[in-house]
Amino acid sequence: MNVPPTSTLREGRAVIARGIKGQPRWFALAVVGSVVYGVMTSLTAAAIGFVVERAVAPAIAAGHVTASQLWFIGGVMAAVVLTTIVGVIGRRIAGGVAMFNLGAMYRRQVTRQYLRLPLSWHHRHPSGQLLSNANADVEATWNIFAPLPMALGVVVMLVFGIVQMVIVDPWLALVGLTVFPMLFLANVAFQRAMSPRVTRAQQLRADVSEVAHESFEAALVVKSLGREDHEAERFRVVTHELRDANIEVGRTRGRFDPAIEAIPTIGTLAVLFVGTLRVSSGQLTAGQVVQVAYLFSILAFPVRALGWVLAELPRAVVGWKRVSAVLDATGSMTFGDRSLPSGAASHLQAERLAYAYEIESETGEPDLNPAVVDVTLDVAPGATVAIVGPTGSGKSTLTNLVMRLVDPDSGAVLVDDVDLREVRRGGVSDVAALVAQQTFMFDDTVRGNITLGAERDDESVWRALDVAQGAGFVGRLPDGLETHVGERGASLSGGQRQRIALARAVIREPQLLILDDATSAVDPSVEQAILARLREASSGTTVLVVAYRMATILLADEVVYMEGGRVVDHGSHDALLGRCLGYERLVTAYAREAAEREAIAAAEEHDEHGRGADAAEEVSR
Amino acid sequence: MSMRSQVLVEHHGVATGKEMTTWQTLRRGVELSPELRKGIWVTVLLAVLSTLGRVLVPFVVQRITDNGLLAEGGPDTQVVAVYIGIALVGVAVTAVSAYFVNIRLFRSSENGLATLRLRAFRHIHDLAMLTQNTERRGSLVSRVTSDVDTISMFVQFGGLMLLINLAQISLATVLMVVYSPLLALVVWLCFVPLFVIIRKFQGIVGRAYTKVRERVGDMLGAISEAVVGAQAIRAYGVEDRTAERIDAAVEAHRKAAIGAQARSVVAFTSGQLVSGLTTAVVLVVGTVLAAGGSLTLGELLAFLFLVNLFTQPVQQATEILNEMQNAVAGWRRVIGIIDTPADVSDPGDAGVTLPRGPITVQFNEVGFAYPGGAPVLHDIDLTIAPRSRVAIVGETGSGKSTLAKLLTRLMDSSSGHVLLDGVDLRTIRFSSLRSRVVLVPQEGFLFDGTLLDNLRFGRPEASEQDVRLTLTELGLDPWVATLPLGLATAVGQRGESLSAGERQLVALARAYLADPDLLVLDEATSAVDPSTEVRIQRALDSLTRGRTSIAIAHRLSTAQAADEVIVVDAGRIVERGHHTELVRLGGVYSKLHESWVAQQQAV
Repeated sequence: MNVPPTSTLREGRAVIARGIKGQPRWFALAVVGSVVYGVMTSLTAAAIGFVVERAVAPAIAAGHVTASQLWFIGGVMAAVVLTTIVGVIGRRIAGGVAMFNLGAMYRRQVTRQYLRLPLSWHHRHPSGQLLSNANADVEATWNIFAPLPMALGVVVMLVFGIVQMVIVDPWLALVGLTVFPMLFLANVAFQRAMSPRVTRAQQLRADVSEVAHESFEAALVVKSLGREDHEAERFRVVTHELRDANIEVGRTRGRFDPAIEAIPTIGTLAVLFVGTLRVSSGQLTAGQVVQVAYLFSILAFPVRALGWVLAELPRAVVGWKRVSAVLDATGSMTFGDRSLPSGAASHLQAERLAYAYEIESETGEPDLNPAVVDVTLDVAPGATVAIVGPTGSGKSTLTNLVMRLVDPDSGAVLVDDVDLREVRRGGVSDVAALVAQQTFMFDDTVRGNITLGAERDDESVWRALDVAQGAGFVGRLPDGLETHVGERGASLSGGQRQRIALARAVIREPQLLILDDATSAVDPSVEQAILARLREASSGTTVLVVAYRMATILLADEVVYMEGGRVVDHGSHDALLGRCLGYERLVTAYAREAAEREAIAAAEEHDEHGRGADAAEEVSR
Repeated sequence: MSMRSQVLVEHHGVATGKEMTTWQTLRRGVELSPELRKGIWVTVLLAVLSTLGRVLVPFVVQRITDNGLLAEGGPDTQVVAVYIGIALVGVAVTAVSAYFVNIRLFRSSENGLATLRLRAFRHIHDLAMLTQNTERRGSLVSRVTSDVDTISMFVQFGGLMLLINLAQISLATVLMVVYSPLLALVVWLCFVPLFVIIRKFQGIVGRAYTKVRERVGDMLGAISEAVVGAQAIRAYGVEDRTAERIDAAVEAHRKAAIGAQARSVVAFTSGQLVSGLTTAVVLVVGTVLAAGGSLTLGELLAFLFLVNLFTQPVQQATEILNEMQNAVAGWRRVIGIIDTPADVSDPGDAGVTLPRGPITVQFNEVGFAYPGGAPVLHDIDLTIAPRSRVAIVGETGSGKSTLAKLLTRLMDSSSGHVLLDGVDLRTIRFSSLRSRVVLVPQEGFLFDGTLLDNLRFGRPEASEQDVRLTLTELGLDPWVATLPLGLATAVGQRGESLSAGERQLVALARAYLADPDLLVLDEATSAVDPSTEVRIQRALDSLTRGRTSIAIAHRLSTAQAADEVIVVDAGRIVERGHHTELVRLGGVYSKLHESWVAQQQAV
C-alpha cells in the first residue's frame, strides 16, 4: 500500500472543502434536501405505526371502516412520501448543479492556465495529457459531489435513528451501534486497498487517451505507410494494461462489497437475538424490538452511501492532484505596463540574443540545445530585412523571440527602444503580427479566422484577402466569408490556409510584420502576386521575412544570413553574394541546378536526335 | 461548416447511431463484445443465488418477529435461534456468490470492452481518409475513451443490479400473491402508470444524454485549440477570445449535463413516488379488507413488508434504466463508428498481391468529385512507365493533389480505374499496396519519440545501420550530426522540437527507408531550404532509378529534373512532356515557368 489512508482522507477532505467553498449555496441546498430525505425515511416506520394505532387497528377492531379513517391513512402516508420526494429532488438536482458547476469552474481555470502559461511549458506537456487534465481529471475530482450530499443526509438520518433506538432501549441501541464502527473500519480498509489501484487505472486511462490522440492525429501517415496493425498493437498494449488495472479494481471491490453489505444485516440479527432475550426476561415488549429491527433494516441501505463517498475519495484525490499540477504551474511570462508607440513603422533591435531548448540527454538528465546564439539585429523603421539560412539554423526561433512568444536566455529584444519584457500583456501583438511557417486555423468561419473577433467590416476583410491572393478562392466557397473551415481548417488546402493566415496579419495593419516562410505552400505565380501586393500594402511597416526564394529576398533592403543559430553575415544581397559562400550556395541552388540540367538536357537532346535519325534511316531501309 | 464538409458528413460521415433503438444498441453491443455473453448464465445463476440470500434475510426477520418474538405464550428463543442460523447461512451464501458475481462481471465486461475499444480504434484507422476528416480528432478519441468508459460503468454495476432486481421483483410478487392475491393485484395496478412513464422517460433521458456526449466532443475540440494553437494564440494576443470560445463550449456542456440530470431525477423520483403511494394505497385497501374480516392486522403488516421488498428493486431498476441511457448513448457512438463502412476498403485475402519491382501506373478515364461537389478531375487517361520520374505541376486547386490521393488509394475515383501493373487498385491487398506505394504528404506527422523511432516507423525491423545508410544516401547525415543527440534526439510532441523543414526531411527519409517501388511526393520538401532540396533531389534522382517516382511540386526545380512533366489545369491533363519541350510549347507550363524564372531572375 503506497498511499497511507490518513493522507488520502486528509487530502480528500481538502478537496471536498474546496468544492464546498466553490459552490456553497447549491451544496447547502443539496444537504438540506438530503437531510429532509434522511429524516423522512427514518420517520416512515413511525408514520406507519402512528397510522396503524390511530386508524387501522380501530377500524379492524370495529369491523368497519369510515371514509375519514381512510382519508387519514392515505393523507398521512402521502404527506410523508411527498415530503421525502421533495427532499430527494432537492438533493439530486442541487447536488448535480453543484457538481457540474464545479466542473465548469475548474475547466475554465485549467484552460485559463493553458492560455496563460508560456510556450515553453506547452512544449514540455503532451497535448493528450493536457486534454485529459481538463476533461477526465476535472470530472474525477468533482464526481464525489454526487454521493456526498446523500452521505451527509445519511449521517443526519443515522443520528436520528440512533436517538430513536436509544429512546426505545439503550442496551439494544448499543448492540446496534457496534455495527457502525465495524462499517467504518471496513470502509476505511476498502478505501485503503482501492487507492493505489484507482490511481493506476486513472493514469492508464490518460495513457490510452494519449496514444489514441497521437495515433488519430497521425492518421494520414499511418495510412500511407500501411502501419495500421502496428498502431493497433501499440493501442492494444495500453488498453490491456487498463483492462487489467480495472479488473484489479473490480477484484478489490468484489472482496469488500459483500462484506460491507453483510454487516448491517448481521447487526439486525444481533438486535433480534438480544431483543428476544430481553423480551423473555420481561425488560422489553416485542413491539419495541420490532421497531428497532425495522429502523435498522431501513438504515442499512443508505449507510452504504458513506461507503460510496469513501470509494470515490481516492479518485477525487488523484484527479485533483493532476488538475492542481496545472493550476499551480509557474514560470509564466511577466509583463510590464508599457505600451509600444503606435502610428509609425517600428524600429526593431535585437541585442546579443541567445536561446536554447531544454532537452533530455541520453542519461535522461535535462540538457540544453542552443538554437539561437549571440544574435544582434537592427532593423530601421520601414525597412525590410530577410533572414536566410539553411533548414534548422534557428530562423523560426528568432521570429518567436522577436514576437516575444519566448523570452531569450540572455540578451534583449527592443522595439522602438522598449524592451519587450517591459511591455504590457497584449502590447506586442497590438503592433506586430507573425505569420508562422505552420499555420493554425480555428474551428470557425473564414471571417472569424481573419478578424479573430475584432470588429471589421466586409470591405476590409476582402481587402486583406485580396492582398493575400485569397479573395478568389474564398469567393468561390459556398458561404463565402461565412464558410466554416472545420477543425484546424481541415476543409482547406495548405496553400489556402496560408493565404488566410496572411490575411489575418494584413488586416491588422501591423507596424512590424514577421513572415516565417509564410508562402511555402502556394504556387510561384501566386507567391509573386502576394509579394507584390504586400510591398504596396506594407509601406508603413517594418518587415522581417524568413525566406529561401530569390523573389522574396530581393524585396529586402538587407539580408541576414544565419547558420547554426548565429548570424554569419549581413548586408545587401549583392554584397553577400560576393563574400558569403554559404549564402551564395543557398540562394543560387535552383539556378545552378537549372543551368546544369539544361546543359545535360541539351546534350541528351543532341544524342537522341542522332539516334532518332538512325532509327528513321532503319525504317526507310 | 462549408458545403463541402457538410456534404461529406451526409455522404461520407460517421454514422451517429442515433437511429438505433435502445434494444438494437444493446444487442449490437453484445455482438461486438462476445466476452460479455460468455459464461453469462453462470453469472446470472450466481446472481439469483445471491438475490435469494438477500430476500431470505428480510423474510426470516419477518418470521422471527411473527413466530418467535410474538409467539403465543411469550417469545420462543429456540425458534429465534434457528431462524437466525438460517439467516446467517443466507448472508454467507449471498456474500460468497456476490463475490464471484462481481469478479466474473468485471472480468467479462473489461475483456469485452477492451475488445470493443480495439475494434473501434482499428476501424477508425481503416476508415476512408475523407470520412476521418469529417470528424474532429477529439471526437474520435472520445469514442475509444470516455464513451467506452460510460458503458463499463453500466455493465459492471447497472447490468447486474438490473438482473438481481428483476429476480427480486418476481420473487416478491410470488410471495405477495401467496399472502393476498387481491392486494398483489392492487400493487401491480399501482405500478402500471410507472411502467408507462418509464418508457416515455427512457426516450427523453436518452436524448438528453446523447446531447451531453456531443457537448463533451465540442468542449474537447475547443480546449484542444488552446493547446495545439498555443503559438498562434499568443502571436495574435487572442487569449481572451479563445477563453470566451472555450467558456461557451464549457457552458453548453454544463447546461446539457444539468438538463440531463434534471430529467433523470424526475424519472427516478417518479419511481419513488409511485412506491410511496403504493404503500399508502395498500394500507387503505388493506384496512378495508381487514375491517371486512378477510385479513388480519398481522397479515396486513406482513404484506406491507413484502411491498417494500417489491418497491425497492423497482426504484433501483428505474434509476439503472436511466443510467443505461447514458451508457447506450456512449455505446451508440462507438457502434456508430464501427458500423460506418470503410468506403476505401482492403480486399484482404481475396485481393491481389503484387510482386516487387518497378511499377507501371495507369489512369483509365478517371474522374473524381468530392461527394456532392463539382468534379475535380475529368477523364484522366495517363500511363506512367516504370522507373520513370514524373513531376505533376499545376496551379493551386487544379487537382494535382487529388491525383496523388487516388494513386495511393487514400480515396477511390468516382469513375474510371486506376491500375498498377495492369491490376485495378481496388483489388490489391492493402498490405501489398502500402509496402509498394508510399505517399509523403506536405505535413508529415512525427510521433513523440526519438528520431530513430520515427525514421523506423515504416519499417520497424530496419537496423540502425540501415537507417544511417539511408540518411547518408539522402545526404542528410551532416544535418543529423548537428542535432544534440543525433539519432537519439527526441523530436517532441508532433515533432515540434524540430523545425517544419526538418520534419519534412524526417518524413522523406522515413518513406525512403520503407523502400517502396513507387514513391509519391506531395510537396514533400516545400519547407526545406533550396540547397538541401536540390541535394535531396539529386540523391533521389540517382536512387530512384530502380523505382517509379511521382512528385507534386510548385517549385519547378523538381519539374526540370523529371523525365516527364504532367501539367494539370482545371482537372484535366493539358500538357505533358519533358521540361524543355513544354517550355518551348508556350502553354500553361511555360507561363508557370516564367513566373518561376522571374523569382530566380537575380542570378
